[in-house]
Amino acid sequence: MKQFLSFVRKEFYHIFRDARTMLILLGMPVAQIIIFGFALTNEVKNSRIAVLDMSKDAATASLITELEASRYFEVEKRLHTYKEVEEEFKLGNIKMAVVLPQNFGADLLHFNTAQVQLIADASDPNVANTLTNYASAIIQDYQNRITDGRRLPYTIKTELRMLYNPQMEGAYSFVPGVMAMVLLLVCTMMTAITIVREKEMGTMEVLLVSPIQPIKIIVAKAVPYLLLSMVNIASILLLSVFLLDVPINGSLVLLVLESILFTVTSLVLGLFISTITDSQQVAMFISLTGLFMPTVMLSGFMFPIENMPRVLQLISNIVPAKWYYIIVRSVMIKGVGLEAVWKETLVLFGMMVFFLIMSIRKFKIRLA
Amino acid sequence: MNAAVIAQNLVKTYGTKKEEVQALKGVSFEVAPGEIFGIIGPDGAGKTSLFRILTTLLLPDEGQAQVDGFDVVKDYEAIRHRVGYMPGRFSLYQDLSVEENLKFFASIFHTTIREHYELIKDIYEQIEPFKDRRAGKLSGGMKQKLALCCALIHRPTVLFLDEPTTGVDAVSRKEFWEMLRNLKQQGITILVSTPYMDEASLCDRVALIQNGEIMSIDTPEGIVRSFEHPLLAVRAANMFRLLKDLQQFPGLLDTYPFGEYHHVVLKPETTEQGLYAYLQQKGHTETKLQQVEPNVEDCFIALMKTAT
Amino acid sequence: MEREKVITAKGLTKRFGDFTAVDAISFEVGKGEIFGFLGANGAGKTTAIRMLCGLSIPTDGEATVAGFDVYRQTEQIKRNIGYMSQKFSLYNDLTVRENIRFFAGIYGKSHQFIKENTERLLDRLHLQAESNKQVKSLPLGWKQKLAFSVAIFHEPDIVFLDEPTGGVDPVTRREFWNMIYEAAESGITVFVTTHYMDEAEYCNRVSIMVDGRIDALGTPQDLKQQFKAESMDNVFLKLARKATRGE
Repeated sequence: MKQFLSFVRKEFYHIFRDARTMLILLGMPVAQIIIFGFALTNEVKNSRIAVLDMSKDAATASLITELEASRYFEVEKRLHTYKEVEEEFKLGNIKMAVVLPQNFGADLLHFNTAQVQLIADASDPNVANTLTNYASAIIQDYQNRITDGRRLPYTIKTELRMLYNPQMEGAYSFVPGVMAMVLLLVCTMMTAITIVREKEMGTMEVLLVSPIQPIKIIVAKAVPYLLLSMVNIASILLLSVFLLDVPINGSLVLLVLESILFTVTSLVLGLFISTITDSQQVAMFISLTGLFMPTVMLSGFMFPIENMPRVLQLISNIVPAKWYYIIVRSVMIKGVGLEAVWKETLVLFGMMVFFLIMSIRKFKIRLA
Repeated sequence: MNAAVIAQNLVKTYGTKKEEVQALKGVSFEVAPGEIFGIIGPDGAGKTSLFRILTTLLLPDEGQAQVDGFDVVKDYEAIRHRVGYMPGRFSLYQDLSVEENLKFFASIFHTTIREHYELIKDIYEQIEPFKDRRAGKLSGGMKQKLALCCALIHRPTVLFLDEPTTGVDAVSRKEFWEMLRNLKQQGITILVSTPYMDEASLCDRVALIQNGEIMSIDTPEGIVRSFEHPLLAVRAANMFRLLKDLQQFPGLLDTYPFGEYHHVVLKPETTEQGLYAYLQQKGHTETKLQQVEPNVEDCFIALMKTAT
Repeated sequence: MEREKVITAKGLTKRFGDFTAVDAISFEVGKGEIFGFLGANGAGKTTAIRMLCGLSIPTDGEATVAGFDVYRQTEQIKRNIGYMSQKFSLYNDLTVRENIRFFAGIYGKSHQFIKENTERLLDRLHLQAESNKQVKSLPLGWKQKLAFSVAIFHEPDIVFLDEPTGGVDPVTRREFWNMIYEAAESGITVFVTTHYMDEAEYCNRVSIMVDGRIDALGTPQDLKQQFKAESMDNVFLKLARKATRGE
C-alpha cells in the first residue's frame, strides 16, 4: 500500500509541476464553458423583435414599453397582421415576435387573465430559448407589479411558439455535450501520455525491473486525474447552473456519480492508449483524431444521431460520450432518475471494465 | 552452482525477416559473486540487449541465463526483487527533486532510505547538499550518482550498470569507478558495460564484445598478456606522413594512431632497427621508437582485425 | 610557420541573465589546423561553438570565422562552414545518396558537382553497394564517417565536429581520424570536441575550457610539460577538478 501511495504522490508531483498539464487539466474545462456562456449572452443583447399589437390599449402599451426598456430587446417593427410576422421571420429581420391579441387590456381587467404569444426563431435554439425566457420573465414582472395589493391576481398566460424547430432539440444540449467532450478530452489525453512518457524518458525500464505490479502502475496513474476531474465536474456544473442558467432538474447525486463513471471510463481509455503506443506524439494523435472527432461528430450533441446514415448510427454506439450525453441530458434536463438511464449506465460501466482489462493485458511486462 | 550471473549461448534478433539484425550471436559467460565484470565494446555491439535480457526486460530468442540462481524468463519476478538496474540514460524523474526520486524508488522496492543507508551513504552524501534540487537541474555527474543511489536503495545482490559513464566527463568517470570499488567491498556483484577501453583495467574481469559476439573473456592482465606480437610506439615530427609511411612498410602487421604515438605491431621477423632505418630513409626527423606494453585497446583492435 | 588565421576570437562572451556561459575567451585557429576544443560537461563548449557557427549572437567580444563577423555576417559564416555532431547529422530515413544530394543542395552546389563528387565519395568510403540503402541500416561507425564526408562535401573552410566519435569502436575511430587528417591536409580547418583524451593528442593544438574560460591552450606536448602530466588525460583531470560549476 505504501508502494502504491507513493506512486500516486509521484503522479501528483508530475501534474502540479507542469504548468501546461495544470492549465489543460483545470483551465480548459472552465474556459470552454465560459466561452460558450459568453457566446450566448452576447447573442441576446439588443435582439431585434417585432410586436403585433392587436389590442392597442393602455395595458399593451405599458407592456411593450417594459420590453423595450430592457437591454435584451429592441423593437424593430410594429406589425399589423399575422402574415407580416411570418414575412419578417423569413427575411431574417427579427429573432422573436410578441403577439398581443385583441382585447388584451379588457380581458385582463374583467377576467383577470389575458394571453400573450411569443414566437421565436428556433433554428438557433439556444438563442430562441434564452430570448423567450427573458421575455417571459419581463411579462411575469409586469404581471406581479399590476397585481400588487389586489385580492385576485392578474394572470398573463404566455404562449410559446417555436418556429422551425418546435421540439427545441439542442436548446440545452450543448451543456451536456460540452461536459462529455471536456471530461473525455482532458482525462483521456492526459492519461494517454502519462505511461508513454515514462517509456520515452526511460524510467519505465527501471519500473519494470522492480517488484511493482502493472495493475498498481495503471491504477496509481489514474487516481490523481480522477480526483482532479472531480474538481472539474464540480466547476462545470456550477458554471452551467449559475452562468448559463441550465437547470439541474434531476438528482444531483446521480448526475455526479454518472459523471465519475464517465471520467473513470475516459481515464482507463487513456491508459489503454498509453499502453499500446510508444511515443507521446502517437498517443496524442490517437486521442485527438481517434476520440475527439468521433465524440464531436457521433455523440449526438452536434448532429442528431437519428438523422445519420445507418452505418454511422451503429458506429456511434461505441463512442462512450454518446451514452454519457444521453445520461446527462436525461438526468439534468428531463429530470428523470436511474430507472430511465440504467441501460446507458450499464453500457458505460461495461466499456470501463473492458478497457481496464485490456490495459492490464496489453501492459507489457517487458520491453519490445 | 554459485555463479551470480550465468549466460549460455544467448541469441537476440531484431527486425523483420527481410532486414534482420542479430544483436547477440550466442553470448556465454559467467560472473562470480562479488566480481566487477566489465562488458567492453562500442555502440551497437550488443551490450544493451545483453543487459536487458539479464534484467528480464527482453526475452532471448535462444539460450538461457540465470541471475542469482533464477532463470531470467521463468523467474523474472524473483529477479526483479533482487537486482539493481541503471539503464543507459539515467532514468530519473526530471521534475522530482533528488530526495523525492530516492524516496520514490525506495517505496517501489518496499524499503526506506534509512534501511540500507550504509550502502549509499558515501555516494548520497556527495549529492545531499542538493537534495531539494530537481533531478533535471543536476549536472551529468550528479545525475549519475543519484541514479546509482536509486539502483542501490534496496541493497541488490547484483547491480547492472549499462554504460554509466557515457557522456560523463573524465573527472566524474574517475569518481564513479572509485564508488564501484567501494561497492564491491560490500559484496555486491557488479556488471558494467562501457565503450571506453581504458575503463577495462578497473574491472576484475572483462568480456570484449563486438558485433554481438564476445571476442575474449579474461582479467585485464590476461587480455593484455594474450597480445602475441611486439608492440612499438613511434613518433616523428610529421605524424600524418609518419602514419602513411608506416602503412607502406611491409614488415608490420598493423599500425594505428594511439595518443601522441602511432602504435606499430611488428611481424616476428622484423626488428626495431629495421623499422628505424626505413623511417630514416623516408626522411623523418625527431623519430622516436620504443617498445611498449599493449593495453586493452590494442588487444581490442587486434581481435577485431582477426575477426574480419 | 605562420598559418593564415581562419578563426579569431577576442574576449568572446555569452551571458544568459546573470549566468556567464562563456567568459571572455580568446584564441586563433590557423588554416588547415586540427584544433581540439575540450572541456568538462557544462564548461561552455556548446555555447562557444554555437557563437562561432553563427547560431547565437555573442553578448560581448569579437570573433571572425572564415573572415566573417559573428555579429553581422552569420549567413556568410553558415555558407562557409560544415557541421557534424554525434546526435544529428544525417536523416536516417533517407538513403545514402539522398542524404548527400540533400545536404549538397542546401549549400547550392551544382548538379554536375554533386554528381561527380558523390561517386568519388562513395568509392572512397566503399559505400557503392549500400548507396541506395537507408542510412539507419548502416553501422554507427559507417554512419559517422559518412556524416563527416557530407559535412565537408561542399568544401567548407572550416568543419565543426561535436563529439564525432562517441561510442564508435577503436578501429573505426582511427579510420575516422584518418579522414580528419586528410581533410586538414587539403586545407580544411578542423574544430573538434571529444571525450576521448587520446584523441586530444591527435590535434595540432588543444584548448581546455573550465567554467566558461579557456584555462589552457597549446600543443598537447606543451600542455603536458606545462602541467607536469604524462598524458592529456592527466592534464584534463588537473584542470577540470578545479571547476566549480555543474551543467
